[in-house]
Amino acid sequence: MLKAHNLTKRFSGLLAVDDATIDVAEGSITGLIGPNGAGKTTLFAMIAGFLSPNAGTVTFQNEDITGEKPHLRARRGLARTFQIVQPFAGLDVRDNIAVGAFLHTKDPAEARRLATLTAEKVGLGHELDKLASGLTIAGRKRLELARALATKPKLLLLDEVLAGLNPSEIRDVLPIIRQIREEGVTILMIEHIMQAVMNLCDTVYVLSQGKMIASGEPRLVCTDTAVIEAYLGHGAAARIKAEGAAHA
Amino acid sequence: MKKNFEFIAALAFLGVVGIAAIAGLPGNILNLLIFMMIIALTAQGWNVLGGYGGLSSFGHAAFFGTGAYTTTILQTSFGINAWVGLVCGVILGAAVGAMIGFLSFRAGLKGSYFALITLAFAEVLRILANSWDFTGGAAGMMVSINNGFAYLQFSDRRWFLLILIGFVAGGLLLTRWLERSAFGAYLIALRENDQAAQALGVDIFKIKMQAITLSAAITALAGCLYVQNFLFIDANVAYGSWISIEALFAAIVGGAGTMLGPLIGSVLLLGLGEITKSFSGGIAGVDLVVFGIILILCVAFAPNGIRGFVADLWYRRKSRGKAM
Ligand SMILES: Nc1ncnc2c1ncn2[C@@H]1O[C@H](COP(=O)(O)OP(=O)(O)O)[C@@H](O)[C@H]1O
Ligand SMILES: [Mg+2]
Repeated sequence: MLKAHNLTKRFSGLLAVDDATIDVAEGSITGLIGPNGAGKTTLFAMIAGFLSPNAGTVTFQNEDITGEKPHLRARRGLARTFQIVQPFAGLDVRDNIAVGAFLHTKDPAEARRLATLTAEKVGLGHELDKLASGLTIAGRKRLELARALATKPKLLLLDEVLAGLNPSEIRDVLPIIRQIREEGVTILMIEHIMQAVMNLCDTVYVLSQGKMIASGEPRLVCTDTAVIEAYLGHGAAARIKAEGAAHA
Repeated sequence: MKKNFEFIAALAFLGVVGIAAIAGLPGNILNLLIFMMIIALTAQGWNVLGGYGGLSSFGHAAFFGTGAYTTTILQTSFGINAWVGLVCGVILGAAVGAMIGFLSFRAGLKGSYFALITLAFAEVLRILANSWDFTGGAAGMMVSINNGFAYLQFSDRRWFLLILIGFVAGGLLLTRWLERSAFGAYLIALRENDQAAQALGVDIFKIKMQAITLSAAITALAGCLYVQNFLFIDANVAYGSWISIEALFAAIVGGAGTMLGPLIGSVLLLGLGEITKSFSGGIAGVDLVVFGIILILCVAFAPNGIRGFVADLWYRRKSRGKAM
């Protein structure tokens, strides 16, 4: 469904993403993990059209969209959330979500009805009339999710929607994400919380210092030597293996 | 619910003003009301772009003046009907808006850069109008006196006030539609966060273009009506920064990005200005001092304008009432 091939992004000297490739299969939940500063958000921004890559191509449903503006990609069914939440602070929750719903209907009443339904789906049903600026962090994360969902996406890009939530809030959101996939939406998610990644993802990609260093089933990727070293430093994998052997 | 109440209250206010005028008001009050309505309409235009879209213009004189000059030139130099002139003035004003918008938004200008660019355009037009022959140069232009509905001039000025009230009510209706429509939601969304708006499929360039065109059209209409009332313009009146400032003052003091803001602001500012003028015994510029003080008070105590301030008081009282 999505093929982002050989993407490179340079920020005046800093190579944030270096020849990274990612393929997302239709109907999957694909994970993107990697240490802080690895370039995950930058990669997302190139996929969604907010940054243009220095090299590489983005293909969505077999069409090259590398140079296309973000709003046109949204109309194709590619929606993203922002790691740093971006609510429309002066609008209430319903109207925030309605902005997304207006993509498919120009009828105000219908858009607000869809917004209400979407809010209920992500657990914001009782905060519809609250200003977005009055929501808690957990509420704002849900709002990001709801707004993106209201555009009826085919592919949903989630940038750390679980970050900053406490364990019980995470437990609440995981089934929502699974439910979204069940309704036929393909998901590509950046996530730090390994429990969530293991739980949700069919495939995981690992980005480190801008390079894609591993990909595959979550269970296999997590025991990959290069991945462990990317997180814990050089030689960590060997130490862990040695400790494991000592315990045994 | 709350919006309905405000809308009906505003219409009722306009209705009362209209009825009072018909029943008979002193000439100076009538003139003040006419001027209030012209400024309210100008500010309603500004409010679409500056209030809802968050793109504060310092140069709405460019649209006001284009409307005013267009209808004046068409009437005096070509003998065209005043109403046709008015429509042409609105269209040309909108076109100037679209042109300024295209140049500014293509370059991604916003905030103070956008404000300065609009100011610069208005100044250029002022200087051109001041030197060209077909705009009457520095001497300005007069619309010849012809009373009657077809000429949009009335020996009985009550009729003119009623027509203005109709246009301001139309502005309220338009704003009310804006607050509910997809266009309005997109406009507010790009004001609050243009990245997030784009991510949701909003073509922010297109929405900004539509907003500046609509905003310019309304302000150009006010310019046309100004000329029909005063029957004279020159470059400093039509394209002068005074009108740009009145427009944004009225909208901001009343409440930018609200349906009632422009009307509240213009009635309050011009009303207080007039009161101080009559009490100060004609010290020149004393009404401007009052404007300045009101603006400072608003910035300090009512960041959402008078409309926001009153709404806050109202809901605080109501919620206290509930608690008891
Ligand atoms: N707009 C930018 N300008 C300059 N450097 C940036 C910009 N955005 C990100 N970076 C840098 O690129 C690197 C990757 O950042 P990011 O993609 O946010 O990483 P991640 O999401 O994996 O934590 C970081 O070193 C970051 O400082
Ligand atoms: Mg990130």
